[in-house]
Amino acid sequence: MPEKSAEALADEFARRRTPDIDPPGRPAGTLYRGHEGMWSWVLHRVTGVAIFFFLLVHVLDTALVRVSPEAYNAVIGTYQTPIMGLGEVALVAAIVFHALNGLRIILVDFWAGGTRHHKLMFWTVIVLWALLMLGFTPRHLMNVFSH
Amino acid sequence: MADHVAEAPVPTIESFTVTLIIRRFDPEVDEEPRWVDYDVEMYATDRILDALHKIKWEVDGSLTFRRSCAHGICGSDAMRINGRNRLACKTLIKDLDISQPIYVEAIKGLPLEKDLVVDMEPFFESYRQIQPFLQASSKPEKERIQSVAERERFDDTTKCILCAACTSSCPVFWTDGQYFGPAAIVNAHRFIFDSRDEAANVRLDILNDKEGVWRCRTTFNCTEACPRGIQVTQAIAEVKQAMIRGKV
Repeated sequence: MPEKSAEALADEFARRRTPDIDPPGRPAGTLYRGHEGMWSWVLHRVTGVAIFFFLLVHVLDTALVRVSPEAYNAVIGTYQTPIMGLGEVALVAAIVFHALNGLRIILVDFWAGGTRHHKLMFWTVIVLWALLMLGFTPRHLMNVFSH
Repeated sequence: MADHVAEAPVPTIESFTVTLIIRRFDPEVDEEPRWVDYDVEMYATDRILDALHKIKWEVDGSLTFRRSCAHGICGSDAMRINGRNRLACKTLIKDLDISQPIYVEAIKGLPLEKDLVVDMEPFFESYRQIQPFLQASSKPEKERIQSVAERERFDDTTKCILCAACTSSCPVFWTDGQYFGPAAIVNAHRFIFDSRDEAANVRLDILNDKEGVWRCRTTFNCTEACPRGIQVTQAIAEVKQAMIRGKV
């Protein structure tokens, strides 16, 4: 141990006496801190599962046309609400991200430069996604709230 | 008095009190792992391994971790430091934010045995399955000739030290213990693209399995975790491409 001045020692004691990091709320294990690659995968999985559940419902409601056109119309009619309109924004957001990031994953796997540029490609996906959503959302919401 | 000491021109290297929070688990006592705090006095050039030594030698001898060479080549001390897989012997204090406590825990996805030690057997089992040895039918007079370019083809994947930092950083491996994992694929790559080896197709067949390379979701955690700087995801992509083309 190097020799310390009285001040340094006092400092150190003060620091040691400060309460340690609060034990409650400590996670069972820390969250793995991945970068763009990991978070794009998480988003891809979340949007993928969300789209799956949408498709499940979509196949069922479309199949109603075989029961009777009236039943189909009745069910589709219940979708014409602002809440469903907002849901559609979320749906389009999920699909657009999943589609663009899907192209990115194909490039990572099969284009020779894919693994080198995967971060740049991720941020390109995000920018493209934002641009497409900026185009779609106002127009769609005007439709939803003006009817 | 204090002033007098402060004025004395003694060139001392600055040291810091660093708080480590270690996820400890004693299978004979604990039902669940628990986080334990340790304050250690460290220099900027010290490594996390030095902090662990200090705790084990001066504070609590029961702290359990693996290390052998302590110089980043034996691959014993991979652990999760602040949420990322690193070798404790290659992680310097100066590269971490010591105003915050440093979280240290065992690597994820392999059975926890004690403190920072996990059971590596599933990891080595995958490694054995890809036949990590040269297979050649002919016996050359002297050595097997290989050009510089041929050697260069698989140079990156020869650097693996089997520390499991990559495999245990992989989200697919965490949830699906059957997946071969990046390290096994890296070591398969090392022989698949070796011009002297003749069993590339055997290994490609093994990795064309449901739990083989196609499980890779390109999260790049392995590439970022590798203490040897191997472009792991790149190697996996090359194996995928070789499979699709049906040739190396």
